[in-house]
Amino acid sequence: MLQVTDLRKTYPTGDEALKGVTTSVEGSETVAMIGPSGAGKSTFIRCVNRLTEPSGGEIYLDDTELTGLNDDALRAARRDIGMIFQEYNLVERLTVMENVLTGRLGYVSAWQAFRRSFPPEDIERAYEILDRVGLGEMENKRVDELSGGQRQRVGIARAVIQQPKILLVDEPTSSLDPETSNTVMRLLTDIAAEREVPVLINIHEVDLAIEHADRIVGLHDGELVFEGSPSELDQLGLDQVYRGAEVPENADDGQAPETTGDGDVLPDTDRPLAGET
Amino acid sequence: MAAGNRTWERPTVFRRREVKWAVYVGIVGFVLWSGVGVGADPARIAQGLGSAGSLVGDFLPPSATPRQAQRIADKMLESVAMAMVSTLTGIVLSVPIAFMAAENLSPKPLYAINRGFISISRAFNAIIVGIIAVKAIGFGPLAGILTITFKTVGFFSKLLAEDLEDIDMGSVNAVRASGASPIQTVLYGVVPQIIPRFAGLSVYRWDINIRTSTIIGIVGAGGIGSVLLTAFNRYDYQYVTAILLAIIAVVLVAEGVSAVVRRRYT
Amino acid sequence: MATEQPTWERFDRRRRLSRFVLLLVAAVTVVASWRFMDTGVARPETIPREIADLLTRMYPPDVAYTTQIVQPLIETVQIAALGTLGAILLAVPVALLAAENTTPNAATFWLGKLIVTVSRSVNTIIWALFFVVLFGSGPLAGAVAIVFRSIGFLGKLLGEEIEEIDFGQVEAVRASGASSAQILLYGVLPQVKPALVGLSIYRWDINIRDSTVLGFVGAGGIGVELFRAVNAFAWQSVAMVLIVILGVVVVTESLSAYTRGLVR
Repeated sequence: MLQVTDLRKTYPTGDEALKGVTTSVEGSETVAMIGPSGAGKSTFIRCVNRLTEPSGGEIYLDDTELTGLNDDALRAARRDIGMIFQEYNLVERLTVMENVLTGRLGYVSAWQAFRRSFPPEDIERAYEILDRVGLGEMENKRVDELSGGQRQRVGIARAVIQQPKILLVDEPTSSLDPETSNTVMRLLTDIAAEREVPVLINIHEVDLAIEHADRIVGLHDGELVFEGSPSELDQLGLDQVYRGAEVPENADDGQAPETTGDGDVLPDTDRPLAGET
Repeated sequence: MAAGNRTWERPTVFRRREVKWAVYVGIVGFVLWSGVGVGADPARIAQGLGSAGSLVGDFLPPSATPRQAQRIADKMLESVAMAMVSTLTGIVLSVPIAFMAAENLSPKPLYAINRGFISISRAFNAIIVGIIAVKAIGFGPLAGILTITFKTVGFFSKLLAEDLEDIDMGSVNAVRASGASPIQTVLYGVVPQIIPRFAGLSVYRWDINIRTSTIIGIVGAGGIGSVLLTAFNRYDYQYVTAILLAIIAVVLVAEGVSAVVRRRYT
Repeated sequence: MATEQPTWERFDRRRRLSRFVLLLVAAVTVVASWRFMDTGVARPETIPREIADLLTRMYPPDVAYTTQIVQPLIETVQIAALGTLGAILLAVPVALLAAENTTPNAATFWLGKLIVTVSRSVNTIIWALFFVVLFGSGPLAGAVAIVFRSIGFLGKLLGEEIEEIDFGQVEAVRASGASSAQILLYGVLPQVKPALVGLSIYRWDINIRDSTVLGFVGAGGIGVELFRAVNAFAWQSVAMVLIVILGVVVVTESLSAYTRGLVR
């Protein structure tokens, strides 16, 4: 179970991406996080496994508090958190199998990783998962030969082979066409259900969220403005999420609307590392 | 589906695993053979590196008497002057050679001769050219100018010839079709297409020439290099460091100027 | 339209003016340079004759001399191979330091830049002078000189490649709980591998050429024979050495171009 309390993130530029968000993902439910671009959805997910360092708040995964962990403990904790990315983020020049086995790196030494000598049970599990996501016989293809849908299946396999306690999914379908999006979402939620893994998924297509999620949370401008079942998400809820309307304690209503149209990751200037979208 | 315990090995770029190992063994063998060949035995390396500390100590701090400093300045100026002059002469000579070495503009025999000349110029290190130039026309900056000019022609006319081969023949033919003479064709059809690259390449080569001109004095072809070699031979290591710092400074300035000019004007 | 026209014209004029000034400065510098130098040549018209004279004395090349060049030639190839290999091993960490996205902090970044700059600004032959003092004359000093010169070249260009990588791939590897070494192996290395191989081969090609002159300062290779022949005024032997060097350089250049074409 993931329990997030009062999560805050302020970038060095002064942008407040998250203004104290409290929510949880329990049992083996699938929670969809919706919201407009710039609402802080990606920042939220990236703060959970600390790819982005949160500025405040607490994150509990089962009994482990993540924000205070040192580097070694954080690495160990990340082994229990599977992540699936918007742009797949597969290592393009490696084979499908090597990409899937990346999910087991936390359990082998650097030398074994270099030799590609993973334990036999990891290999066996990798084959099973590849069969399950429909990529049997593709293990020796290089990833840059695959289509978008196939790549995201590799991405799912890589996250699932970690045998994670939770799956974090960041806009899994925004680089895919609508039909493939639906198939990938179906595959993702099915696999999560089979393995009884809870899922926290960022998504901006509301209809996909309603179709596939057990519960929906809505972010607007760094604040949680909606929480409920898909059936409870009515026009009022949508207005709150997408226009910031009629939120009782919203003091910032007069501000200019968010205009960062290119994905919802705010400029990540606390890392000198470019190259993400 | 799950057919027992499957194994997986990373596919190799070599066709078979044996080939891969043979290549690895070959590489390791070659390296060991080379190690023996150059006399790189660990004891000697360890001994050398052990004395490196004290040697580096001999080199520090850099120092030069006022007379030595004056000599550095004079000879450095000579290096820079050599680079300036030979960049110009090199480029001027490169232009006709480049035209003759462009496959689309030049008849076959002429093309072959000029390509051969370019290959020769590019194959020999400036030091080798320098020592022969010195033997031919005597010590001094003129040998250096000859050397750098020769190297510049090889570099410049090769790149320029490649540019000429890539030009859009359509616009050349259009100029020719309008009744222009061969020279007019070149002036109006060819030159405008290569001018931008030309400027960038010139500055780039000037930068390389500055580097070369600080070295070839070692073989007596003018410039700061001779001062450096003399200082080394007299074990005047602190003076050596001073000279090296001067060389590094000039090289960096030239690199900076070249980068700025290329960004602005090309 | 009418109001914009003068601005355009002025801009153009300024641009032309600055180009003209640049050319003028260059021309003046060249003339001043020529005057400054004490070329010591009373009669420049004799130069072509002297060069032609030298070339005549080189003909015909002394073919029998070839047997004496084989061993130094092999030594040259060995120096270049060892030097390149050593440089690759040392340049990879330097490149990681000198790349903005992989360097641990500002101090290590500047350390990386410093190593690259010093290595690149000092010519192979100067490095060789230094290492001849350290290791005594012989090819070992030459090989180490090649290493020290190549570190900067490889470190700079490889560092630029590292700065260009897709960091999303690196983040994905990190998110799975990989250690720093594993992140380098799986996230960074595969992305720069073609560049690493290509640059290494390219540098090996350059190092073959650089190794031919190490002999001048006693650092081994075919240069030793070349300079011995030059000092003995054995011009026909010199011609033979030059032909052999030309052959080797042409072969390595085409080999280098061919192998770089293979790596994708």
